[in-house]
Amino acid sequence: MASDRRPRPPRPGLVLDVDRSTPPVLFHHGEGFRLHRLPPGRSRVIYPAEPLPGLADPDGAITEALLNPIGEDPLPSLLRPGMKLTIAFDDLSLPLPPMRRPDVRQRVIEQVLDMAAAAGVDDVHLIAALALHRRMTDDELRHALGDRVFDAFSPIGALYNHDAEDPDQMVELGRTDQDELVTMNRRAAESDLLVYVNINLVAMDGGWKSTATGLADYRALRHHHNVATMVNSRSFMDRHRSELHHSNWRQGAVIRRHGPRVFQIETTVNNNTFGRTGPLAALQKREWEWSARDRASFVAMQAGLKAMPAAARRRAFGSWLAPYELTSVQAGEVEAVHERTTDNVLAQHLVPVEGQTDVLTMGLPYICPYNVNSVMNPILVMCLGLGYFFNLYRGRPLVREGGVVIMSHPTAWEFHPVHHPSYIDFFEQVLASTTDPAEIEAKYEEQFATDEWYIHLYRTSHAYHGVHPFYMWYWGAHALQWLGRVIVVGGEPRAVRRLGFQPASTLDDALEMAADVVGPSPTVTHLHNPPIVMADVT
Amino acid sequence: MSLVRDLGLDRWRKLPSPARRLRALSFPLRAPTVPAGVAPGPDRRRTGADYDTAWARRWPARMARAALVEGPMRLGVEALASPRRQGLDRLSDLDGPAIFAANHHSHIDTPLLLTSIPDPWRHKMAVGAAADYFFGTHLTAAVSALVIGAFPIERTRVGRRSADLAAGLIEDGWSLLIYPEGGRSPDGWGHQFRGGAAYLARRCGVPVAPVHIEGTGRILRKGRNLPQPSVASITFGRPISPGDGESAARFAARIEAVVASLADETRTDWYSARRRAHASATPALTGPRTGAWRRTWALGDRSRRPASRRQGWPPGF
Repeated sequence: MASDRRPRPPRPGLVLDVDRSTPPVLFHHGEGFRLHRLPPGRSRVIYPAEPLPGLADPDGAITEALLNPIGEDPLPSLLRPGMKLTIAFDDLSLPLPPMRRPDVRQRVIEQVLDMAAAAGVDDVHLIAALALHRRMTDDELRHALGDRVFDAFSPIGALYNHDAEDPDQMVELGRTDQDELVTMNRRAAESDLLVYVNINLVAMDGGWKSTATGLADYRALRHHHNVATMVNSRSFMDRHRSELHHSNWRQGAVIRRHGPRVFQIETTVNNNTFGRTGPLAALQKREWEWSARDRASFVAMQAGLKAMPAAARRRAFGSWLAPYELTSVQAGEVEAVHERTTDNVLAQHLVPVEGQTDVLTMGLPYICPYNVNSVMNPILVMCLGLGYFFNLYRGRPLVREGGVVIMSHPTAWEFHPVHHPSYIDFFEQVLASTTDPAEIEAKYEEQFATDEWYIHLYRTSHAYHGVHPFYMWYWGAHALQWLGRVIVVGGEPRAVRRLGFQPASTLDDALEMAADVVGPSPTVTHLHNPPIVMADVT
Repeated sequence: MSLVRDLGLDRWRKLPSPARRLRALSFPLRAPTVPAGVAPGPDRRRTGADYDTAWARRWPARMARAALVEGPMRLGVEALASPRRQGLDRLSDLDGPAIFAANHHSHIDTPLLLTSIPDPWRHKMAVGAAADYFFGTHLTAAVSALVIGAFPIERTRVGRRSADLAAGLIEDGWSLLIYPEGGRSPDGWGHQFRGGAAYLARRCGVPVAPVHIEGTGRILRKGRNLPQPSVASITFGRPISPGDGESAARFAARIEAVVASLADETRTDWYSARRRAHASATPALTGPRTGAWRRTWALGDRSRRPASRRQGWPPGF
């Protein structure tokens, strides 16, 4: 499974205690970076593990997984002439940033299709399982699947985006023992075989969440995309303690009984987000190991970014394609496959951490799952910080109850009008009245979710569904309930206050403000993320 | 075209090429031939398969060639061929030297490939070229060696020299570009692949990257002197290696089958091509075994399909 390309094995993650000799620490700051000195003697930094080696022969590993699946028959034996085959795949929210060609989905789907071709399967559809995300553009589909698959299936209408609001395209499969409705894309549900191709970037992805969420509609999603589920998930990155996953698994049981036969293919990639060499290589190194070249690159990059207009900066960052390498691929029965996938994800991300902290700091990067080729609006800033980064723990949160999170991000009052139309109204109207997730859910969700205009834009344009900003807000509900205060460094004050957070100009200011909540000389922990790190807190 | 004909310029197309005119010169305007049975003098300049191309692989020549490839050659190829490059992702796992084996329609194939094959192979590439054609005179040999990094391959007689030279190049880390058909297509259809590339892959333990070229026959087909701008596509296949015990002949046939499948993929779509490949129904590169006009007829319309790429919408902020 391992490659022999690297001269030394990758080092695991690290918890560094900050002292006076510790150099300034890198904070991502949207489409830019900042270096901050953390208070010595009471601070620590959690560094991610170095990238695990990629598979030496990724295509060979995929073939092996398809021919020797876990808890399933070999894929070729499931294929026959005259059958109805549907291949569903993760949408553009994975991986982040988008990866260099060939994308993992392309590698896997080409092999699945090659086996289907050998078996003489004519009726093949490919569906982007995007649930209530925005539709992928042709270029995005082409990037994910490659030219060959796109050119073979898109012109004949056999490659398309899932449409959760097409009443003719959705079917009800049944209800769980807790009365949760299960719906699925009709084509997938009525197929003789549904092959799902996944990329597991973080431990939350995959399993029954792929089909039960990715191919479902609002009526099914509302059973787990809600405040109660999020607050009771500790965390949603830990499948066994995640109410979100428990609900998805219950829905998966219904799919198993009443839905199509599912052949799940899950893949993991390593932490090689910025490259081992190249202009961004320093971003995945520890600061004291930056070479003269790294420092020169960083200084030049900072100067260049400062001179660039915001749109050019966004384009520059948006054009970065991560050189991720495939670290594992497993196929077969959904739950058995996912157990092994999760182990492989955690092998890359998990770092043992002792004890909680008073103040958790994090530098938020330019990208999250919902602004690929788009704008990181303030709601997504909240979701990335309090939803994703805060929940990157196993055991208990990194920050103690009543503690403070300090996020570094420009948090501009800016939205992509095509991709995020309902976000604008959510920010302008809903957050202007309340930031309480439960109140928001009770008063506004239904109205946004059933708004005809938002539905029209979701189906015909490239807009996220009307209810999507609510889900982003719910994603941070656990953190909002847990924390005493949230401070944003370098954010646009007006936007930060609308989120219900406090703006600060510098990290020192923010730490002083935090002391008002957690007391003087608080302990500080910095999550050095990305590349992705997940804390195993004891 | 009609304007060209009206002005009487089309007769220039019928003139022999400068190279042919040069070759047509006789002594004393060109070097004397050596009578059979007479040992050449020690200072005789060696041409053909004996031409020594080592100088063209030293750094000064490599730098000059890189400048030519990335400058005028690339500009010329873009202007003449508007190439559509596909399948480059299939090379992503290729590591170390390789043999690129392509079908061959035109003299523009080599510039097209040299500007399409990605780094790190592009600038450490030696091109197998017919010793009797490209290395016939010292001038053409020097130009070929310098501009395209050519090395001589005997195609009119059996000899070890070409094979030993090619194997030595691979051992030195050079990749090779070889046209296994042995020459350009005379009528738009291909020839059966010879075993040279397969033999070298077996001997040196390197993979073969099959390549299919489409459309260059319309730009500068065999027998024409002036190029006609058109569009060409180039499709890279996944590198393949000879199996255990697989003979060079069988491996050559497999390379040809992959190139034929790539041709099918270019003309139809990937999934249909894979279906036919699995059913052993891929159209052969060599075309139907019929009379000349029916072979030409069977070529049909090989014009390039309209590009399906378009810019993403919305363009983003």
